[in-house]
Amino acid sequence: MLQYFQPDKDLGTPTSSAADAQNKTVGLTIDGVLTHVAVGTSVMRAAAQAGIKIPKLCATDSLAAFGSCRICLVEIEGQKGYPAACTTPVQANMVVTTQSDRIASLRRNIMELTISDHPLDCLTCATNGNCELQDTAGEVGLREVRYGFDGANHLQAAKDQSNPYFTFDPAKCIVCSRCVRACDEIQGTFALSIESRGFEAKVSAGQNQSFADSDCVSCGACVAACPTATLTENTIIKSGQAEHSVITTCAYCGVGCAFKAEMRGNTVVKMTPWKDGKANQGHACVKGRFAFGYVTHQDRITTPMIRDNIDQPWQPVSWEQAFSFAAQRLRDIQARHGKNSIGGISSSRCTNEEVWLVQKMIRAGFGNNNIDTCARVCHSPTGYGLKATLGESAGTQAFASVDHTDLIMLMGANPTDAHPVFGSRLKKRLREGAKLIVVDPRKIALVDAPHVKAAFHLQLRPGTNVAFINAMAHVIVSENIANESFIQDRCDTTAYQQWHEFIIDSKHSPETTEDITGIPAQQLRAAARLFASSGNSAIYYGLGVTEHSQGSTTVMGIANLAMLTGNIGREGVGVNPLRGQNNVQGSCDMGSFPHELPGYRSVTDASNRAIFEQDWGVSLDPEPGLRIPNMFDAAIDGSFKGLYCQGEDIAQSDPNTQHVEAALLSLECLIVQDIFLNETAKYAHIFLPGSSFLEKDGTFTNAERRVSRVRQAMPPKAGLADWQTTLGLAKALGVDMHYDHPSEIMAEIARLTPTFAGFSYARLDELGSIQWPCNEAAPMGTATLHIDTFVRGKGLFAVTEFTPTTERANRKYPLLLTTGRILSQYNVGSQTRRTKNNQWHEEDRLEMHPSDAEQRGINHGDWVGISSRAGNTVLHVKLTHNVQPGVVYTTFHHPLSGANVVTTDNSDWATNCPEYKVTAVEISKVLSPSKWQQRQQSFNNKQQSLLDQKDKTIASNSHEQ
Amino acid sequence: MLDIFVPADTTACALGADAVAAAVITEANIRKVEINLIRNGSRGLFWLEPLVEITTEQGRIGFGPVTVEHIPQLINHIFEPDITDNTALCLGLIDQIPSLKNQQRVNFARAGIIDPLSLKDYLAHGGYLGLQQALTMTAESMVDQVIASGLRGRGGAAFPTGIKWRTVLETPAEQKYIVCNADEGDSGTFADRLLMEADPFQLIEGMTIAALAVGASQGYIYLRAEYPKAHRVLQQAIDLAYSNSYLGKNIAASEHQFDLQIRLGAGAYICGEETALLESLEGKRGQVRAKPPLPAISGLFGKPTMINNVLTLATVASIFARGADWYKTFGCNRSVGTLAIQLAGNIAQGGLIELAFGANLRDILVDFGGGTATGKPIHAVQVGGPLGAYLAASEWDIKLDYETFNDANAMLGHGGIVVFDDSVDMLQQARFAMEFCALESCGKCTPCRIGSTRGIEVIDKIQQGEQPKQNLILLEELCDTMQYGSLCAMGGLTPMPVRSAIKHLKKR
Ligand SMILES: Cc1cc2nc3c(=O)[nH]c(=O)nc-3n(C[C@H](O)[C@H](O)[C@H](O)COP(=O)(O)O)c2cc1C
Ligand code: SF4
Ligand code: SF4
Ligand code: SF4
Ligand code: SF4
Ligand code: FES
Repeated sequence: MLQYFQPDKDLGTPTSSAADAQNKTVGLTIDGVLTHVAVGTSVMRAAAQAGIKIPKLCATDSLAAFGSCRICLVEIEGQKGYPAACTTPVQANMVVTTQSDRIASLRRNIMELTISDHPLDCLTCATNGNCELQDTAGEVGLREVRYGFDGANHLQAAKDQSNPYFTFDPAKCIVCSRCVRACDEIQGTFALSIESRGFEAKVSAGQNQSFADSDCVSCGACVAACPTATLTENTIIKSGQAEHSVITTCAYCGVGCAFKAEMRGNTVVKMTPWKDGKANQGHACVKGRFAFGYVTHQDRITTPMIRDNIDQPWQPVSWEQAFSFAAQRLRDIQARHGKNSIGGISSSRCTNEEVWLVQKMIRAGFGNNNIDTCARVCHSPTGYGLKATLGESAGTQAFASVDHTDLIMLMGANPTDAHPVFGSRLKKRLREGAKLIVVDPRKIALVDAPHVKAAFHLQLRPGTNVAFINAMAHVIVSENIANESFIQDRCDTTAYQQWHEFIIDSKHSPETTEDITGIPAQQLRAAARLFASSGNSAIYYGLGVTEHSQGSTTVMGIANLAMLTGNIGREGVGVNPLRGQNNVQGSCDMGSFPHELPGYRSVTDASNRAIFEQDWGVSLDPEPGLRIPNMFDAAIDGSFKGLYCQGEDIAQSDPNTQHVEAALLSLECLIVQDIFLNETAKYAHIFLPGSSFLEKDGTFTNAERRVSRVRQAMPPKAGLADWQTTLGLAKALGVDMHYDHPSEIMAEIARLTPTFAGFSYARLDELGSIQWPCNEAAPMGTATLHIDTFVRGKGLFAVTEFTPTTERANRKYPLLLTTGRILSQYNVGSQTRRTKNNQWHEEDRLEMHPSDAEQRGINHGDWVGISSRAGNTVLHVKLTHNVQPGVVYTTFHHPLSGANVVTTDNSDWATNCPEYKVTAVEISKVLSPSKWQQRQQSFNNKQQSLLDQKDKTIASNSHEQ
Repeated sequence: MLDIFVPADTTACALGADAVAAAVITEANIRKVEINLIRNGSRGLFWLEPLVEITTEQGRIGFGPVTVEHIPQLINHIFEPDITDNTALCLGLIDQIPSLKNQQRVNFARAGIIDPLSLKDYLAHGGYLGLQQALTMTAESMVDQVIASGLRGRGGAAFPTGIKWRTVLETPAEQKYIVCNADEGDSGTFADRLLMEADPFQLIEGMTIAALAVGASQGYIYLRAEYPKAHRVLQQAIDLAYSNSYLGKNIAASEHQFDLQIRLGAGAYICGEETALLESLEGKRGQVRAKPPLPAISGLFGKPTMINNVLTLATVASIFARGADWYKTFGCNRSVGTLAIQLAGNIAQGGLIELAFGANLRDILVDFGGGTATGKPIHAVQVGGPLGAYLAASEWDIKLDYETFNDANAMLGHGGIVVFDDSVDMLQQARFAMEFCALESCGKCTPCRIGSTRGIEVIDKIQQGEQPKQNLILLEELCDTMQYGSLCAMGGLTPMPVRSAIKHLKKR
């Protein structure tokens, strides 16, 4: 959908928040036009809806009305003076006049005052042509400023350029407070305020600090809200206003924010969060909003490359050469080592269509089911656990559901960092009075944030989730506060009886589990009572739940808890996995599993296979294929020799790095498709340059099952979009696949997947985005699952026995390492490290409690060695009370940090999801990087020079021509 | 034993009352006489402070203004009281002096008479009769009673109090609040302070009744930070009320609960504006909120909140004790009850004058005020605080009631009257008004935030003779913009003193 640039329509104030707004309207007359609007609507919005524009400056429909600029004054029959249209709610039979000579002169005189403290440099101003102040001055017909410009003013106020992405130029500020309110109401960070009174009043970040030194998290909400040039994106200052825009979806996290990519030709000048985006409603975070510079980073590789072995320089080749080289090698391996000796990994960052093609190529072309995806290492237990208990491998709600939640239990998730836009929505609900229980070994920001305080922070020991979740259920069952009627009506009662016998055992009582989890029994009891008695209780969880040896068990325990209290099947409740990557839900939906065809249908079931066999005209292997860890083991064994890896950096992201490296080194043919020469590509023989999300069409599916369009904003840098690249390889392999546009792939997805039957690009354009299932039964998509019955029929209570992980603190490794992520960086960081986001996180550090540090003679900032039974690495240490004694924490955004050198190959019993969140370690003070880090550094240097030699080849080639 | 009264009121103390009290004790010790020294509140006759009183069989005799030097000289009279004493300081029977006798005291009936911190005194002088009455009534009939009384807010806007109460009563909520606006920011006003220091239980009683009427269980007194004495007195009174079951659970043996706390103001004039006050109470910057929502519907922490001035709430106690009909016997037009006039500035006999609405302004200035302190003729008076109009001599035959003042483009406000002699420069007064606004503006809305500063600049230009005609027109347009464009009365009323001052200037 190409749109010529047009500022979004702004109705001035939000939709009415009146309790009866849904079903009650009032009629009023505005400028002689009779109009009906919801009760509680402002006069301004009512007018806008009737097509009558009232000038405004401080009002915008994303923020509560404020009434400070006074430019929107109107006359209302029977009311004294000139009420502000933005702050005046409609009343039945009101008669409003928005234009009169008297109003005109008042507005002009108010505007005259505003402009008497504003530089008159419109022609050289960055927002010239896109400035509400300029437009409004035009609307009210301001012609002169009789006060002159010699009076008091702020024209000399200094700029704040401390934020890498936007500039604050207070000389242009009209003190409308939109920025302050955006930071409070939308983002919930409360970084801005108005300092001083009267004429001296001014916007101030923090305590009169710079933006960079304040609490600002660079979400850009204030910049978007500013009606003047005061807060402006640096890209706009540099390149000017956009001339067209393309609506697309963020390629970072699982929130799936909709954006308007604002373009000048093929250059993105600004990413504006799209107001109509259902997942984000016009909000964004620093990554999606600003960190898009990686797309044009010099490290992008734009030509296919091959080499015989990894000690050779890369050789740039044509796409055709690359495809036939790859196909030949793969077929050759299969000829020598059998059909199952090759496989592929699809990407949770690529589009649904691309993932579909990868699994199709593998199933139809490789002739096996050796297809897996990075969901293996994050949310595979979610898929397994929710399928088993509820019948569908996905979260049960829409994000909007949280607006109706009374109690939120947040477990092993840190949304303000990892799912920031949802985090802001959550905070908003908490400010409205919902209660919060945080279950996390670490003191995450939400435990105590501005205007948000958790009712309970249950600071459990890493690896004891199941003991915790069982204790919660035990309290609810033994205190008879379960929702019996829900269980009777909706759940499998035989299974419930069995589970009841299991859970009632006193070994699950909080008094018994206190020793295991470290959570005081009284606290846990109180939290359980709160959960059972709060009305709408919802559980939100993240990788702190899944990435454990009992990840699937905890997910089932969570489902049990929701069913036990009847908190499922309506708005405001539910089981909500916060999925990590932009399309991790989609990559799972699209059948990237060795045992499941698209739509979570078992590959061993002949009737499932038949559907695809018929459509694709091939016969499919009935045997499940290899999971990623099995692929690694088989590679080391010598039975697995060829791997096609699309858009995933397994060398950095998978646990026990040294084991992964050994596996990669054993491969005869490693094909990596990525936008950068990532860590994995350093072991590759064929490199197929990928396309970023701005360079292709497709769809992403976010954590709420919402499928949104990704639209091409610029041509692919390397000439082919990722779906075309897979097609090229498939063709070289002799697979019969042909599509001219991703919409045709979507048509195939819809044809073959019942939950997607109603999908098409036309339908997506029409509705904006759609939550699956979307089919005949649910033509508009499905916001809430399991409303009348569970997808599996009756909800199943699964017995969730706690088995402690083998990764236990012991004398040799007395501390528990857990891992996580931060706001400014994204996963392995290959994108965000190539943006100015590095300003906030230049390196991964180890967080440690001061008492643990003291015992080891470690000081803040020291180099420390982290060793586990898998390996060791070295990081700088940060002492903090956010972790409890006995627990250390780090992030894994930088490849040389080697966090995964330390993590072990322990994994979830059901899905092999690695146990990233618990590793027994010892920490000691050291003076230099680890052996692995030194070796890795020299390996990197070597691979870089092999890449540089390619550039020379290209240079000499072009010389010859 | 001899009762001797020496006020502990802020004004009296500023004029040396503490030293006088100490001297009285010293003299009594020297003479080995047992006395009962009572630190009462002020009667509001500030030109007589420190006003020392003693009880006699005929009544209380007053002496004032007393200084420490007077004590030895006066002490004989004090110990051998004689109402026919004609020394300059003896005022005779205090309640017979015209300045008091000619007042109609309702709110201030007990002021200066009782020991402010004696609950016994308060009860003996009709205290808590109102609450007793209220406890026999339903919430609805209580609100009806206030509506029937015609009581209007004394904070300045004169909004019918009962109507506001009804809104709070009829807005359903688990929690409601009563907030007393004791930020008394108008220059030259002191009635709230005087009442809190002289008769604090009256305010507590009024707030308790208000709480019963609207269904609130928590009250706050938002007290001007510059009132340390009032703070101390009020706090002690609240403690006494708690220990005597007039606050807390089971008030006066009923099933009602009401808790009351004092919160100190932020020291900004604008924090007296009710919505800015609520912001400040919530711990935020004192910035005005747009209305609606009315505080009565969504006030403190978004809950229905009854916010009233000190005098408004105190009056409620009398209305319940003596009935709405009795209260309605005071006043004229729709201005029912009494007005606490506070005479200040360049005036011979400054202080508090409580009279039924409808008194003549000139009488107040001449009969009660006794002309200027400097002896020069009075040139102008500003009525209603810093945002009120300047009235020149030709305009003084005006009835002190809301309607009459409104018709005269003036306002009564909180009842402050500041007097100027003929050395006043009216253009400078107009500039002061703009300066005051620039200094005290919360800075939220454009007309006030920028307009007040531009106002100063334009007046400066007029003063310097720069295009005076055009600039006077611009000033008038600016006043119009501020009056009709401002969000609150701060910017909206600033044109009143400016325009009235300019008017008198032009006449000259
Ligand atoms: C700038 C400004 C300052 C004010 N200051 C005070 C004040 O100091 N005390 C007060 O009682 N009311 C003050 N008010 C009036 C209050 O906003 C409000 O009307 C009053 O507290 C309501 O109580 P009442 O109905 O009992 O008068 C002020 C109003 C404005 C606009
Ligand atoms: S960028 Fe976001 S966090 Fe920073 S000040 Fe603006 S709104 Fe607040
Ligand atoms: S920075 Fe922009 S949004 Fe903020 S107060 Fe100034 S003009 Fe308004
Ligand atoms: S990273 Fe996530 S929260 Fe941030 S803009 Fe993208 S989708 Fe939204
Ligand atoms: S009129 Fe003045 S004090 Fe009132 S809201 Fe506007 S700026 Fe603030
Ligand atoms: S738009 Fe209504 S006051 Fe600013």
